[in-house]
Amino acid sequence: MNNTLKVVVIGAIAALALMALGFAMPRWLLFTATKAVAFGIVALGIVTLMRGGLVSFGQGMYYCVGAYASGQLAARYGVTDAFILLIVGGLGSGLIAAVVAPLVARYRGIFFAMLTMALSMVLYGVLAKINAIGGSDGFNLPKPTFAGFAPQDGASDIALYAVAVATASLCAVLCRLYYDSRPGLIALASRENELRVEYLGASVFAVTARNFIIAGVLAGLGGTINAMALGHVDPFFSYWTTSGEFVFIAILGGYASAIAVFGAALITELVRSFSGSYFPDSWQLLLGIFLLAVIVFLPLGFGSLWARRRVTPPPADEEIRS
Amino acid sequence: MSIPVLEARNLCKAFGAVVAADDISISIEQGARLALIGSNGAGKTTFVNMVTGYLKPNTGTILFEGTDVTGMAPRRITRAGMSRSFQIPQLCEPMTALDNVLVATGIAATGRQSWFRSAHSRADVDAARAILDRFDLVDYADQPVGELPGGVRKLIDIAMALASKPRVLLLDEPTSGVSSDEKFPIMDRVMRALEGESAAAIFVEHDMDIVTRYAERVIAFYAGTVIADDTAQAVLANEDVQRYVTGRKR
Amino acid sequence: MNLALTILIDGVIYASWLFIVALGLTLVFGVLRILNFAHGGLYALGAYSAAVTVGWFTGHGLDGWFTILAMFIAALAVAVIVTPIIERGLLRFFYGRDEVLILLVTYAVFLMLEDITKLIFGVDPYYVFEPRTLLGNVEIGSLFYVGYDLALIGTAIVCGLAVWLGLRRTRIGKVTLAVIAEPEVAATMGVNVSRIHLLAFGLGVFLAALGGALTAPLISVQPGISVSVVIVSFAVVIIGGLGSIPGAAIGALIVGIARSFAVYKVPEAEIFIIYLVMVVVLIFRPEGLFKPIQARRI
Repeated sequence: MNNTLKVVVIGAIAALALMALGFAMPRWLLFTATKAVAFGIVALGIVTLMRGGLVSFGQGMYYCVGAYASGQLAARYGVTDAFILLIVGGLGSGLIAAVVAPLVARYRGIFFAMLTMALSMVLYGVLAKINAIGGSDGFNLPKPTFAGFAPQDGASDIALYAVAVATASLCAVLCRLYYDSRPGLIALASRENELRVEYLGASVFAVTARNFIIAGVLAGLGGTINAMALGHVDPFFSYWTTSGEFVFIAILGGYASAIAVFGAALITELVRSFSGSYFPDSWQLLLGIFLLAVIVFLPLGFGSLWARRRVTPPPADEEIRS
Repeated sequence: MSIPVLEARNLCKAFGAVVAADDISISIEQGARLALIGSNGAGKTTFVNMVTGYLKPNTGTILFEGTDVTGMAPRRITRAGMSRSFQIPQLCEPMTALDNVLVATGIAATGRQSWFRSAHSRADVDAARAILDRFDLVDYADQPVGELPGGVRKLIDIAMALASKPRVLLLDEPTSGVSSDEKFPIMDRVMRALEGESAAAIFVEHDMDIVTRYAERVIAFYAGTVIADDTAQAVLANEDVQRYVTGRKR
Repeated sequence: MNLALTILIDGVIYASWLFIVALGLTLVFGVLRILNFAHGGLYALGAYSAAVTVGWFTGHGLDGWFTILAMFIAALAVAVIVTPIIERGLLRFFYGRDEVLILLVTYAVFLMLEDITKLIFGVDPYYVFEPRTLLGNVEIGSLFYVGYDLALIGTAIVCGLAVWLGLRRTRIGKVTLAVIAEPEVAATMGVNVSRIHLLAFGLGVFLAALGGALTAPLISVQPGISVSVVIVSFAVVIIGGLGSIPGAAIGALIVGIARSFAVYKVPEAEIFIIYLVMVVVLIFRPEGLFKPIQARRI
């Protein structure tokens, strides 16, 4: 089967299955799952960057921009349609990422991580001081509507969850196709050997800038979903610990897979919400041990558990490797 | 007389007090088989690095097919039609040999690159395998290059440089670091792969057996200058070359 | 004029505190190539240990100057106990790996330390004001400063000079410099590289903990103090150039004065001025002000 078709079909089936599962979930789990899906989308952006050899410690910035852009639109102008908000949030953060991209694309390693982090902290500080949009307290936004429907309570939660899952599936499918494409392969090559990629005639700068913008859009989408889910937005969205959490999820998921981050996000959120109520003083300890264990035992993340099979010898089929 | 494919005019390069290139002028014709010889620090690699854009000469001009490419970024020079291999193979270690070549052919491909079409389409994979086949490397196609022996890595490195169908190919010590019984097979495969291509091949080489067997023309470097430029026979018979480079005369 | 002086003195005091913390960070990076996220957690451990130790001392009638001694003992204790666990038990397995990967490993340690600190010391705040009253107040111009705060400046200078001279004038320091420059050569010449690593990391931990201990009298010691310190001290070492001691000093001064300038002149910018400075410096000097030269061979 054609790779594109296969990825799209798997994505669609997964989306429908997860949406159906939403009807069976208790409300608290629905909320946690929605948040996890949103985090997963942001982490997918970091995964995309990781495939180009970089880790951003400042994705909170684009998460925050998406949440503020769509949140302001909802709170100030009464636009509550989830789809419009998602488009505005994604485009808004993508635009900011596009402005920042040429600035950060020539940095590598620790310097890239620190520069992106510093930028997100600047945004955090600025937002905390702008009282017109709530200062450090942030602001609340009204419940989302869905293409003219304004479902009540439980139904609204399910609808938002479904929108989150649909968005995530679309993102994962598009990312997977990109990873498998020629530009995706070249990005992966620049992770392994920049010098060689440049000497073959490609621009590592352009690869990085492109990945950075993609990551920005994804973070904005995640931020918009969480703004709608929480009904509240504040500058903490851009604080470095928020970004740290995204990195955490991305490392857990690993860069081999576009799906694993969502599992990683769900696990992280469940650990957090369970230990938050049962052992509030040790969930970070748990996360730390978890992160170490993954780095040591699964250096390519959860995704490598099944993605490894992708590199086994090719079948004699029309498409060599899917 | 046609214009030379590559021409260096009066190249100078100094690193602090060390002069690595002192007024080097070289003209290379289409399809040349040229060896650059010289002891360590004589300026061969500096020359290659300047020509391929890794180093910018202090003064002087580099013309590729008549166009000034002095100080251009490596990727632009590659795009213009001049590529290189490396003394230490520059590969994407965890990726398979096939994927390494696919990266090279993918970058070399012109036209819009689809973001949604698999990089492993039948046609692309067949083309990449054909390149590996020209170097007798098909058996290694699906192994990560990090696990392959030195000679094979050298050849993959060269195969990647050839993927863009360059008109000038610079080989930086193609046989260094491989065993002596591997060096001729390696060079044979490289030369065979170059057959039918109009590419000029310029190789930096220490091994005089390789030079005499494969080079039609030899340029000898000493202390940043060219001390001889002629047929292999003539250069190796040159007294200065014997004194400063090959060490056959004391 | 008075305002300028105020800004300067406040800035330098803040810079001194920052420098003590950042010195450890830059030293550890210089020797071990580790940008240690857990540095903030070690700082917090130092603050807590100092609070407890000072409390114990005063409870046993050892007040006054003994409380200063108590703070140093606390920082030393943290270094002696924690260093072998983190360095020998964990970090040494990652030497030579990708710097960002090691950053993530130390981020995991940071997360763990957050809760371990809570488990040991609880979540209620500690207060230790005693040491800060020892040196009384000092009048500069028409302004009054707490003597303890001014003494921080001296402490920072002493720490900086001690490490700087220690690296250049003592045998062990010179060996350390050799390990930084050529680890393989140093190892083949018989240098016990592991021991140098352990010592350097230990000194880094001590400086982090000392920074925390010296801060304890200024603040209420409670969960969360590590979070803000990590990033500020990262800013300092990145501005100065990773691994450079003079760089850390200059970075601390720039950050300290920029911050105190913001506090007095542009209070809106207080929270983010440090990061803004960091961004600006990185844009113009991509590897910080004092950049070590590294060439790639091909």
